[in-house]
Amino acid sequence: MIYDIKLQIAYQYANPAVGGRHVVCVMPLDIPGQRVQASLLDITPRPEERLDRIDFFGNRITEFSFRGPHDAVAFTMKARIERLVIPNMPPNAIALPDLAAALAAQRDLGPASPLHFLSTSVRVPRDRAMTAFALGALHPGMTVAEAVVAIGSALYRHMKFDPKATTVDTPATEAFAKRQGVCQDFSHIMIACLRGIGIPAGYVSGFLRTLPPPGKPRLEGADAMHAWVRAWCGPDAGWLEFDPTNDKLAGEDHIVVAYGRDYSDVSPIKGTMRISGGQKSKQAVDVIPLAG
Amino acid sequence: MARKAKTKPVDTQLFARYRPLPGVPDELVDAQGVMRPVWAGLLAHMSGLSDAEVKDAFARGEQHLADTGVFFRKYGDKSSAGRDWPFSAVPILLPEAEWHSIEAGLIQRADLMELLAADLYGENRLVADGHLPASLIAENPEWLRPMVGVKPRSGHFLHFMAFEIGRGPDGRWWVLSDRTDAPSGAGFALENRVAASRVFPDLYRTTNVHRLAGFFRAFRDALEKLRSDPTSRVGILTPGPLTDTYYEQAYIARYLGMALLEGEDLTVENGQLYVRTVEGLAPVDVLWRRMDGIWADPLELRGDSQLGTPGLMSAVRQGNVTMVNALGVGVLETQALMAFLPKIAQVLTGQKLQIPNVATWWCGQEKELAHVRAHADRMLIGPAMATRIAFETTAPHAIGGQMRGAADDADLHDWLTDNAGGLVGKELVTLSTTPFYENGALVPRPMSLRVFLARTESGWQVMPGGFARIGAGTDTTAISMRNGGSVADVWVVSDTPVEPVTLRAPKSAPFVRAQPGPLPSRAADNLFWLGRYVERTEGLLRLVRAYNGRVNEAGNTALLATIRARLKSYGVDATEAFPAGVLNTLSSAVYSASQIRDRFSVDGWAALQDMEKSMTRIAKTTETGSDAAQVMSVMLRKIAGFSGLVHENMYRATGWQFLSIGRSLERAAMMTDLLAAVTGPTALPGGLDMAIEVGDSIMVHRQRYAVFTSRESVIDLLALDECNPRAVRFQLDVIAKCVDELSSTGPHGQMTEFERKVRLLQTSIIVHTVQTLDAEALLTARGQIYDLSNALNAAFMH
Repeated sequence: MIYDIKLQIAYQYANPAVGGRHVVCVMPLDIPGQRVQASLLDITPRPEERLDRIDFFGNRITEFSFRGPHDAVAFTMKARIERLVIPNMPPNAIALPDLAAALAAQRDLGPASPLHFLSTSVRVPRDRAMTAFALGALHPGMTVAEAVVAIGSALYRHMKFDPKATTVDTPATEAFAKRQGVCQDFSHIMIACLRGIGIPAGYVSGFLRTLPPPGKPRLEGADAMHAWVRAWCGPDAGWLEFDPTNDKLAGEDHIVVAYGRDYSDVSPIKGTMRISGGQKSKQAVDVIPLAG
Repeated sequence: MARKAKTKPVDTQLFARYRPLPGVPDELVDAQGVMRPVWAGLLAHMSGLSDAEVKDAFARGEQHLADTGVFFRKYGDKSSAGRDWPFSAVPILLPEAEWHSIEAGLIQRADLMELLAADLYGENRLVADGHLPASLIAENPEWLRPMVGVKPRSGHFLHFMAFEIGRGPDGRWWVLSDRTDAPSGAGFALENRVAASRVFPDLYRTTNVHRLAGFFRAFRDALEKLRSDPTSRVGILTPGPLTDTYYEQAYIARYLGMALLEGEDLTVENGQLYVRTVEGLAPVDVLWRRMDGIWADPLELRGDSQLGTPGLMSAVRQGNVTMVNALGVGVLETQALMAFLPKIAQVLTGQKLQIPNVATWWCGQEKELAHVRAHADRMLIGPAMATRIAFETTAPHAIGGQMRGAADDADLHDWLTDNAGGLVGKELVTLSTTPFYENGALVPRPMSLRVFLARTESGWQVMPGGFARIGAGTDTTAISMRNGGSVADVWVVSDTPVEPVTLRAPKSAPFVRAQPGPLPSRAADNLFWLGRYVERTEGLLRLVRAYNGRVNEAGNTALLATIRARLKSYGVDATEAFPAGVLNTLSSAVYSASQIRDRFSVDGWAALQDMEKSMTRIAKTTETGSDAAQVMSVMLRKIAGFSGLVHENMYRATGWQFLSIGRSLERAAMMTDLLAAVTGPTALPGGLDMAIEVGDSIMVHRQRYAVFTSRESVIDLLALDECNPRAVRFQLDVIAKCVDELSSTGPHGQMTEFERKVRLLQTSIIVHTVQTLDAEALLTARGQIYDLSNALNAAFMH
């Protein structure tokens, strides 16, 4: 499937911001199964400095900064992506009890190494309740991949999708206690569950193609950025991506922007500036399928 | 030589009464009970002193430390109050030959650490080849992923480090911990040296003690050579005044002539690092980092850091900054690493460690876990990833099999099972003892040394000395250091005379007047606000006094309401006997001052703190009315004392102008506000008299005009007079003069908006007459005065 993707993020400040330095991570990745035909990031006003680079995990980062005062900042990311992924369970996933030994044998510290994704991270604590939940979803004889899907599906059944229940800063433990949240919460909770039982798990940020309700036209900008989970299923199987918010393996509808340990590694925009007074922001995403 | 002590050690009374602990090596006495020769001079000298003379000598050292304000400050203690840092006056003496072997061992370790850092941020061969468990790095919060693949501009990760060493039971030295990220204490070592040399001035002169200055000079020269721009200054990056070692950082910055910079002082433009100063951006490309690496850049490292500089990591990545040490070397301090270092030394250098480190077992391995479990009674067990020894942290740990800092029912074995990979066991080493003076006698106390190394052009140099930490009791396990104890100087004694070195320029060189670097904007801002807050405190005290002097008199209703309203506009409730709003204003002044302690006189700071203390105390008992009026008078005298101190003592550099502008601006604004309130179209009974009282001008008014006030006489004296320091005009003249002085240091040519606004305002007041400067004109002027604050900000706070 080929997609045209458009992401618009705009900030409006009550009083002009003075200077500012930002790091954005919104450009889709060029990876097996996902080819970037074209992509660009437009920033208004035009920043005094701009630098594109790749971070540790291989994500596409743009750093930029403003010097003078400005009332608003707007980014527009446009990309044409070819996505060809057939979601299926890896045939060569190892058995869950063999995972610890497989990990102990790892001597790689490269970006794809599962070892980065085992410990706690800024947004993913070690939590007894989540570990217990994960254990409850397991059956004897499961492969790691089966365990991942079982835990993700269990979360989907027990969690209620509710955009009003949490904010971008809500801790995973709180969202889990409420059993409510959005894709970010679902993903952080699932990562904590998986790491809790020793499965390396990371955060995937990206876009999701959504279908308008039957008979209704697609609304412009109605989509949002999405997040799901990837888990390491053994040295041969590698990484498996699962979307707990939609209870399915990531497939053709999922477009990957960045991989990280949790949201804080891949947040679409980080920045510091001097402002007095409040700020308003809005975000619009369009994922338009062109042809398959 | 003067008063060279005779070497008859065994005769000395102090020595005769010294009882080393059985089975514990001692610095003063060898295994046979014989005094080590290096101590003979000191013992003879001390034995020759009476108790009173010893007291005197020790007092000289204490006095020096008190005068220079040496202290530890606890992080997060907003009260800015220091904590005493006890100094043990008896130094530790080590012969030069022994010191040479310590030096060689530590240099070997420093080189090893450099190789290790290069591997961990480069190829990662040690992990790939199985010499280091991968998880120990991958799960390590100090392994900074943004640094992976970054080659330090200087070619080295490490330029300055410290090792904590102790002497074990067999008399050999052991490394207890490695300080690589942002080692503290070099300044304390220097301070302790000065203090010790005050305690034993003659002895210090006649004993061949290696001087410390040469080490610092070599390090400073090395740092200066790392600059790409020879006109830039080397900066010391500090986490700020709330850090427990801030004083030490300020001290060492002054000693070495380096700029003490906080994250907020710095900015990155086009990948280059700059200091924000009142004269614009000044390049800086070498930072001696005293801030832990993870805090250095909120954009790429810890996102919740309030201390860092956004973009710093980017500047490092682009090869435009040399960090001393490189970001990310905190990973070398990982407790578990010590378990693998002996092997890594063999792998990387083909050599054994000359000075071993404390035997360490990482519990993430089955055999090692079993060993730790079986020998827990002889171990200190704590977090594997920590960069501090467990007993220095609040994390759960076990000492000799006893759990600490954990739940009451925590079981050691369950804890080990549940957290194996996160724990490390270290042998509980015992330390040697050294003489400590207590109640007229020398007693043995355990000690460890902190030794500093600096990379210079000719390789690593070891500071000949350092400082010793001395345990509070006779428990000789290293853990006795955790509760207090004291510190002492370390003397490395040569058999031959040593060459005295100082950082001062040689006598033959022509005198060069040192030029202060440009004032950082943040410091300027704090000085400006210090001026404003102190002045506002004074203004408020005067208004509150005026209120309380009238509150019990009849017929003042309108006037009292006016004063109440004016005070309310400053957030002060006049009906409180000692209004909290006044205290808050002074606290703001103290806070501003605490941010710039390195630019502020010791006496001035003491006076300010003293004022805050007395105000807080007296506020509790103040009663409305004449008592409050009297209390305000006392406080006014104190504040005048502070202002006097500052006025008499503060160096008239750029900082002074900002302090001065802040004071004048606030005084002018408060006066216009008051005058507008009392000279309105409807007469306010008693208002004019109150104004000249608040304006401290009753006498002058009587001499120049008459006993009775009129609107004209009051406006003339308090607004238009150029000789009355309480008058608006006078204060605007002061600001204009400061502006003249500032523009001669700033970028030439263009007049800033601030300058233009000052000139306009000054002129507009000058051309007013008592008739035209009515209440409305006064209010306009007040607005313009406050607006200067914004204009100043725009002009100087880059």
